[in-house]
Amino acid sequence: MPDYETHEYDVLVIGAGGAGLRAAIEASAEGARTALVCKSLLGKAHTVMAEGGIAAALGNVYEQDNWQVHFRDTMRGGKMLNHWRMAQIHAQEAPDRVRELERWGALFDRTADGRILQRDFGGHRFARLAHVGDRTGLEMIRTLQQHAVHRGIDVFMECTVTRLLKDGGESGAVSGAFAYWRESGRFVVFRAKAVVLATGGLCKVYSINSNSWEGTGDGHALATWAGADMIDMEFVQFHPTGMVWPLSVRGILVTEGVRGDGGTLKNAGGERFMFRYIPPMFAAETADTEAEADRWYNDRINARRTPDLLPRDEVARAINAEVKAGRGSPHGGVFLDIASRRDAAYIQRRLPSMYHQFRELADVDITQVAMEVGPTAHYAMGGVRVDPETGAATVPGLFAAGEVAGGMHGSNRLGGNSLSDLVVFGRRAGFGAAEHARGLGGLPHVDGESLELAATEALAPFEAGGNENPYTIHRELQEAMQALVGIIRTEGELAQAREQLGTFRERVQRVRVEGTRQYNPGWHLALDLRALLTVAELITQGAQARKESRGGHTRDDFPGPDAHFGTVNLVQRQRDGVLALREEPLPQMSDELRRLFEED
Amino acid sequence: MPQAHLRVWRGGDDGEYREYDVEYSEGMVVLDVLHLLQATAAPDMAVRWNCKAGKCGSCSAEVNGKPRLMCMTRMQLFDPYETIAIAPLKTFPLIRDLVTDVSHNYAVANGMPEFAPGPPAPDGDYRMQQIDIDRMQEFHKCIECFLCQDVCHVIRDHSDNLPNFAGPRFFVQLAQVSMHPLDEHAKGDTVSAGFGLDYCNITKCCTDVCPEGIHITDNAIIPLKERAIDERFDPIRALGRRLFGRGDGRSH
Ligand SMILES: Cc1cc2nc3c(=O)[nH]c(=O)nc-3n(C[C@H](O)[C@H](O)[C@H](O)COP(=O)(O)OP(=O)(O)OC[C@H]3O[C@@H](n4cnc5c(N)ncnc54)[C@H](O)[C@@H]3O)c2cc1C
Ligand code: SF4
Ligand code: SF4
Ligand code: FES
Repeated sequence: MPDYETHEYDVLVIGAGGAGLRAAIEASAEGARTALVCKSLLGKAHTVMAEGGIAAALGNVYEQDNWQVHFRDTMRGGKMLNHWRMAQIHAQEAPDRVRELERWGALFDRTADGRILQRDFGGHRFARLAHVGDRTGLEMIRTLQQHAVHRGIDVFMECTVTRLLKDGGESGAVSGAFAYWRESGRFVVFRAKAVVLATGGLCKVYSINSNSWEGTGDGHALATWAGADMIDMEFVQFHPTGMVWPLSVRGILVTEGVRGDGGTLKNAGGERFMFRYIPPMFAAETADTEAEADRWYNDRINARRTPDLLPRDEVARAINAEVKAGRGSPHGGVFLDIASRRDAAYIQRRLPSMYHQFRELADVDITQVAMEVGPTAHYAMGGVRVDPETGAATVPGLFAAGEVAGGMHGSNRLGGNSLSDLVVFGRRAGFGAAEHARGLGGLPHVDGESLELAATEALAPFEAGGNENPYTIHRELQEAMQALVGIIRTEGELAQAREQLGTFRERVQRVRVEGTRQYNPGWHLALDLRALLTVAELITQGAQARKESRGGHTRDDFPGPDAHFGTVNLVQRQRDGVLALREEPLPQMSDELRRLFEED
Repeated sequence: MPQAHLRVWRGGDDGEYREYDVEYSEGMVVLDVLHLLQATAAPDMAVRWNCKAGKCGSCSAEVNGKPRLMCMTRMQLFDPYETIAIAPLKTFPLIRDLVTDVSHNYAVANGMPEFAPGPPAPDGDYRMQQIDIDRMQEFHKCIECFLCQDVCHVIRDHSDNLPNFAGPRFFVQLAQVSMHPLDEHAKGDTVSAGFGLDYCNITKCCTDVCPEGIHITDNAIIPLKERAIDERFDPIRALGRRLFGRGDGRSH
């Protein structure tokens, strides 16, 4: 067994985005000795990139807004597959979490009477997103970071977890984690009474994506390998508006705030094509003329919302169809035009970082000309199955919150509902983990065999007999997933993907890396590849089983929603290296809540 | 496809520049070209990055001697035949290749005063005006790229000053706390004392490199210095400080 250092904590939080920071703050406030581990430097997690805002029914702009309306929007956006209780807790607690951020130093844009201003976003009936220009994520992560460092939480940055450790007992409880320092390559063993996964997303499994290098689905894989139930993994959100040109920026996000603030989608012929793609479910509340849509920005009561702001899955499919029909922009996207609709000063004030991003990276002045945009893999709806109240996974001692947790968003997430999800369920998971830790006497045992295995597998890429290059495999895996398990899926392609994943699995065993263990990105990627592969298998298996189209899962061979599949979640669990999938009936909400949907 | 000739620092303190020729595609930034190198000639080349859109402040380096975000530095900035030299930040200890040990900054951050608001209005909401927010947002835009820390001569050429000088990024943070409309700290030197503001002689080099365009010197450092002086020469406030024991804003 190679050398390693050992640290002991009550609660170990893996991930320092919004969810992990909020979980650590809560666990620490509950008196738990708490550690926070992250792959990058503190403050660089994905959350920092969030742009548009955080959804909460504060009712500051429209006092008709309340948690019931937010709950209803969220469930309908998720095509009713969401865990109703998570959606309810989320809608009820989000306003308090936003006010809490303000108390901790966050500045949000204001209404005329000095309260928090809220902006329009897709699928939200009322202007609901608290925001700071278009850099809300930065505000949120910095606030949480600055609050957390004064709470006596130990932070391990640039430290990557490769395995959860178990106690070796019957219940399969989690008792810690195995990690390496990126700087030195040396190993770290965390012993902990409870572990919170807050590792974020997985969209690095696709070639066109909005994620940073960290989005390799580590937490999804760690939980799967530990035998936890995974839920809704077939649902991947392709955000309708990513940059498409130049190629090197392809996938970088263009916030939905552009449309919320007046931007509209157009095809090559200049047509505002979204009016042709209004699905029956949203017809009653969506404008069907351009005049009405334009009126809506200032009049929520007498005009219906613009179809530019339909839920993301609808818009992404529409763009896909326009491009396929030959009505796309020169570089294979469509046009997003705010230049001809709002004056330059307004655009620069409301969307400063979009203005900057296009000017610097694409030589495009968005106050003068339309942007070119297309769908980009953005967010994983699926993830670790958790208890809504505590964030507990189905394996004892394991908790999850944020993007790595599943259930809250059903088959499709509404914009702005992630940042609120992070703080609402981050807090609950931190509390749940601290409570679990209190209930245990001493530190649980760490199974020596699994520890040894973790060390051996981490070093394998230096010793493997093969000559596979990790960068090449990553690129080819991304291309395969993009082509075969992307926005539009069919049985034939999914079967092909499953076959190819088998080959990728063999190739990953033969990855060999050069150099030493000291800050070696080739080695880091070689280890991340295992997580990516597991994630690819989870998505593909789920996509094959769900023979219908719903939210972030579209089957060309089953183009509509199916009554039976509308009543079940797909749940996956790995045992002895084999991934098994089963259907489970949706949890049932009370009649009182159900009545909120009766007008549909 | 355009060709680039790169000189990249490889190794630790005893390392060397290595030369690379790379073909790249139109529109690429320096970071893209390094990624191309990683995938081919230099798989173990250490470089930090996250967002690739100028939002996270991870990819700081010195490109042709100038501190920059590599993800926002487009290749078309350079002459086709120009050699592009890429070096790690000089002010911080080198780990390997383009990655430096920036932990000093995190240690300083731990000692920053914490935001301390008064109570909200009776309805539970805080009231602030957009005009105040607009003024404050400048300080909140900091992406912690530490380019300003890198360029500041107080620590760049004198690492012995590090323990006594928080540096421009943290003067921005002090300004953020002390000018927050809701913060109830005693303002001025009670917040900024002990962070080495006096070492700064207003050369503005930090402001010049800030990718967020924060007017570090004019809007953060100078007002902090002025407030500190006002306080020092204002005997009544100084007395109040002694009487009410609000001398150290950091003791929350
Ligand atoms: C460009 C962009 C814009 C967005 N805009 C919005 C928006 O306006 N509103 C909204 O609600 N949502 C938005 N989202 C979505 C939202 O930002 C993310 O879903 C959310 O930030 C995820 O937060 P998280 O805390 O779950 O994880 P992240 O912020 O992704 O953090 C994950 C953390 O886990 C760590 N980690 C991962 N694996 C390991 C490992 N193996 N070992 C140790 N640490 C590990 C990482 O280092 C990181 O610290 C946006 C996303 C993107 C990409
Ligand atoms: S203005 Fe002050 S803080 Fe900024 S670089 Fe010059 S000496 Fe350093
Ligand atoms: S103040 Fe500017 S240069 Fe300094 S760390 Fe912040 S963003 Fe970077
Ligand atoms: S990678 Fe985020 S700023 Fe360059």
